[in-house]
Amino acid sequence: MIEFFSDYTVQLVVAGSAITGATSGALGCFAYLRKQGLIGDVISHSTLLGIVVVFWVWFALTGEGSKSLWLLIPGAIVAAIGAMILMQWIANSTKIKPDASLGVVLALFFGSGMTMLRWIQRSATPIPGQAGLEDYLFGMAAAMTLADLWMVAGLAVCSLLLLVICWSRFKVLTFDVQYATGLGLAVGRWELLMLSLLVIGIVIGIQIVGVVLMVAMLIAPASAARQWTNTLGKMVGLAAVIGSMCAGGGALVSAAGKGLPTGPVIVVFLCFVVGFSILFGPGRGVLSRRRKLVA
Amino acid sequence: MGETIQTAIETRQLTVAYAATTALWNVSLQIPMRRISAIVGPNGAGKSTLLKAILGVVPVLSGEVIVNDAALVGEQSAGGKASRIGYVPQRSAVDWDFPITVLDLVLMGTYGRLKWFQRPGKKEREDAFEALEQVQMREYADRQIGQLSGGQQQRVFLARAFVQKAKIYLLDEPFAGVDAKTEKMIVEILHRLRDQGDTIVMVHHDLTTVANYFDHVTLLNRQLVAAGTTQTTFTAENIQATYGIDGMMWGQMSNGHCHD
Repeated sequence: MIEFFSDYTVQLVVAGSAITGATSGALGCFAYLRKQGLIGDVISHSTLLGIVVVFWVWFALTGEGSKSLWLLIPGAIVAAIGAMILMQWIANSTKIKPDASLGVVLALFFGSGMTMLRWIQRSATPIPGQAGLEDYLFGMAAAMTLADLWMVAGLAVCSLLLLVICWSRFKVLTFDVQYATGLGLAVGRWELLMLSLLVIGIVIGIQIVGVVLMVAMLIAPASAARQWTNTLGKMVGLAAVIGSMCAGGGALVSAAGKGLPTGPVIVVFLCFVVGFSILFGPGRGVLSRRRKLVA
Repeated sequence: MGETIQTAIETRQLTVAYAATTALWNVSLQIPMRRISAIVGPNGAGKSTLLKAILGVVPVLSGEVIVNDAALVGEQSAGGKASRIGYVPQRSAVDWDFPITVLDLVLMGTYGRLKWFQRPGKKEREDAFEALEQVQMREYADRQIGQLSGGQQQRVFLARAFVQKAKIYLLDEPFAGVDAKTEKMIVEILHRLRDQGDTIVMVHHDLTTVANYFDHVTLLNRQLVAAGTTQTTFTAENIQATYGIDGMMWGQMSNGHCHD
């Protein structure tokens, strides 16, 4: 047991997961409050196409398959941007309803990503390194290397720093865009920055949680944290703690049970925390509301 | 009121549309400076859209909105010109479950003066408490905004506009779901602001109080029906032209009815 915890790989994987969980949890609060949960889901599913495409392009260029996050995350970001542009275009130029347009974009990008993933895996001449590419669906924290950890930690630190420095601006823009316009803020530019942070909150989790369940890593810590506090600062802090504990714990369990995908384990932990918070949250929880009714 | 009346806000052939529906059609009007003005009209007449067009948050299809710089200049210089427009949104447009306290909300009024990396400090907090004092909400500073009554919520948003040191106030139905006592208090505050030289523009629903509260009235039903001083413009014919039925009766029917 002690051997397991002192294992270098385990430490690395748990550290990477905890950093990711904290960052996604903190950034996810803004997605939660801006009601962008579904957009987050579309973005995270869409990244699969980017991951698979850059993997294939890299192979075509170098003859080798690489699953380094230094390659895959930029690919995921490009796919996320593509998906967002398409969503915006559909919303502005067609009469398709917003929820339907989200569904269309998700299906298009995720479907193409899945098709290409299978095509790569079944190609007549096997592509080196393609084994494990399907782990980006449900996450495989154990696959994390030190180089990957640096990539994830770098993105995490940069986005959290931005969040802390621009805190007041993010707060007013999340609460009331129209008022922010009245204040004379450059709303368009700030919105773009916040959207970029949402994308970063998603792509840093593709390896640990996987594209299918990543939205839970954004929304669940925020939902749970909201039940315990009425101030934004505390909510973001608590969501970061919940996110890092659940992701770190999930990575440990997954690493102990060889081959267990990390994403679902993390999500089960998150669901427990959300369920507990909904039941017992002071003032807002189901039980405390029921007590109020009785009294 | 001997001085010549200047224009604070002017719209020229303003047309605004959402998707395929026209919200405002070819509206040209002038709203006077240092006066309290009402925008009235039936549901879906584009009243809120007109406020938002003045604020600059809805895409304008054609025409323009001109805000007179003179209306934005005050004694103390705060932030930029744009930060002098204080917007009080419709209550139904606010996320009342947002994790924010009364004090935090009022502090947002100071953000226009702060740099992008700054946070409100001691000075800003003092300003916020002072504004809360003015609307008698100081003791609620630590409450989450959803835990207030309708009237208290309106007062808090008004306090935010005070802190902003706004010169033009745009209020979207501040009396919806507000008790009579609070309505009276808000009207007194707004009249005091007007007397200090601020310009107030308000979307208003209750036709029975228009004559008492406002200097100027704009009657709107997607197109401009009439605009001018309340005395000359708020007439039975104009009201009928706006609402299509006997307006005074409509006003009585809607009295006490909550518009959301």
